[in-house]
Amino acid sequence: MLRFEGSSRYVADPSLVQVVNAAIALRRPLLLKGEPGTGKTLLASSIAEGLGLPLLTWHVKSTTKATEGLYTYDVVQRLNDSRFGDRDTSDIRRYIRMGPLGQAFAADAPVVVLIDEVDKADLEFPNDLLRELDEMAFHIPELDETVRARHRPITIITSNAEKELPDAFLRRCVFHYIAFPDPAQMERIVRVHFPDLAADVVKAALDRFFALRKVKGLKKPPSTSELLDWLSVLIHMGLDPSSLDQQHPFLGVLLKNERDVEAVRRGAR
Amino acid sequence: MFLRFLFMLRAEGLPVGTHVWLALMEALRAGLITDLDSLYAIGRAVVCRTEADYDAWDLAFSATFGGAAIKPEVKAKLEQWLQDALQAMGERVDPAFSDEELWKELLKRLEEQKERHDGGNRWVGTGGTSPFGNSGRASRGIRVGGQSGGRSAIAVADARQWESYRTDQALDARDYRVALKALRRMHREGRYELDLDGTIDRTARNAGDIEILERRERENQVRVVLLMDAGGSMAPHARRVEELFTAAEETKTFRSFESYFFHNCVYGSVWTELETNERIATGDLLAKLTPRHRLVFVGDASMAPYELFAAVGWGWSDQDRVPGIDWLKRFKQVSPASVWLNPDPKQWWDHPTVSAIGQIFPMYELTVDGLREAVGKLRAPT
Repeated sequence: MLRFEGSSRYVADPSLVQVVNAAIALRRPLLLKGEPGTGKTLLASSIAEGLGLPLLTWHVKSTTKATEGLYTYDVVQRLNDSRFGDRDTSDIRRYIRMGPLGQAFAADAPVVVLIDEVDKADLEFPNDLLRELDEMAFHIPELDETVRARHRPITIITSNAEKELPDAFLRRCVFHYIAFPDPAQMERIVRVHFPDLAADVVKAALDRFFALRKVKGLKKPPSTSELLDWLSVLIHMGLDPSSLDQQHPFLGVLLKNERDVEAVRRGAR
Repeated sequence: MFLRFLFMLRAEGLPVGTHVWLALMEALRAGLITDLDSLYAIGRAVVCRTEADYDAWDLAFSATFGGAAIKPEVKAKLEQWLQDALQAMGERVDPAFSDEELWKELLKRLEEQKERHDGGNRWVGTGGTSPFGNSGRASRGIRVGGQSGGRSAIAVADARQWESYRTDQALDARDYRVALKALRRMHREGRYELDLDGTIDRTARNAGDIEILERRERENQVRVVLLMDAGGSMAPHARRVEELFTAAEETKTFRSFESYFFHNCVYGSVWTELETNERIATGDLLAKLTPRHRLVFVGDASMAPYELFAAVGWGWSDQDRVPGIDWLKRFKQVSPASVWLNPDPKQWWDHPTVSAIGQIFPMYELTVDGLREAVGKLRAPT
């Protein structure tokens, strides 16, 4: 059986690794929730990398419909082609395109599918996928064909809790909430990305970072990806750990909201 | 032991059914659950459906497997039990069993296991601590004898780090927002989009000459009016009310959103801005409202009875001497789809003015769960 052990670029805590393996063994989708920037999306590519499988990503938007992940039938193109007669329109297959989930079902080898930010779509969206995820098959009425997965794909679903997901959907998933990393974990994450950084610099930067996260009333507290960006800016500009003691140079990298920058500046004075 | 854990989980209100248990047993069989730590991590992933369930899971876990102290030999025994269960699964479970048969077999085995290991061991009893108490649990030190370093699953469970994620306690703006998003009523009044079916139909009738047909997008028609008590007794709840306000304001999907303030009860005028003391006559506000508006009152609803029932004359002008309760009734008449959110817990609602207001507006607690119920009420067709 496939077993995930983590990968070179991603620091996963042991319980998360166990949960990933449980989801694979139980053949259920893994639903990941957590603050933005806790590495939900990255985990999927890390799983694909760790298991040596291709990754298919389906970015869900507010207008996404469930069937789009399976297939789309470009009826307007076909209509247009038939009107002008410049292409053979008798083969409907030419106008059917597989979506990420459809490709995963049709694939010859197991793949990892990421359904990213499932909560962005309409409230009914997850329910529309229930049957397909349960049976790992879907029907294309236009062709009167059923696409059945030969290899059950490893399905990762991420959510930012913008909308609640329906109970029936949750019941079928293995669920994990990624907590924001504590300072020790964060240090390991930083180490993976910047192995050569001096220890005192890392410590000074992390202290500033976690102090900043504690500032009350921030609209968007900085997350891991902002910290990593900030560190690379500091390295690029030539840094001085002592200057981090009292201030935040390049605050704009950490805080993306103008009111937040204002609030921190005022607090520092 | 496991059965006991099952009941403990159910007692904490977690949605544990056959489905979940079969999944746990499958994980056991796959060799994924080998010790308490992996039982904690994987069990939680299978049982919990949201992070709001994590705290209940921790409570049940620590009540079943915790206790004041865990002796190493007890822990070893427990892990032995898990090993046994694993072996038993491999030997005796016929894959051809139906779910029901498997479930029966499991229950039988669990019952046996329970009897064999249950008697007198401290890890089964909770050593006099009630699993439903909520004080002192977090601070109770856990010693997993002989083991140092590394947090054990029970220590993690006992630390109750997920307590703040419970939804039955009032939480943050994000959760309010999630609850408010359910408040919608869609109508085709938005931007134009391609009507595919219509286009094909029209084109076919046109003998293949393409004719594009458009229709309006669906758009939320819900208009929300928030009326908040800004009186002195509301001060302790200021943060929660503010969070609800922020959540409602940031929910962009409403057709319109307005907010007003009052003291104690609504009288002849309401404030539009508290800081600058700007007010409008309540009569003018009522004139703007329609049955399509959804009203959300927020207040503790407890005041001296005369403040609600007497014509105290705190009106827009000296002429209008209308009791507060009559103003509330007028709101209800104009916009029947309205609710009252009370930041006080339900057990405090036994108060004459609270029950009088509760008879006009359906009253809910100002918690995430309460708001969810209130939104359900507001969604119901009027």
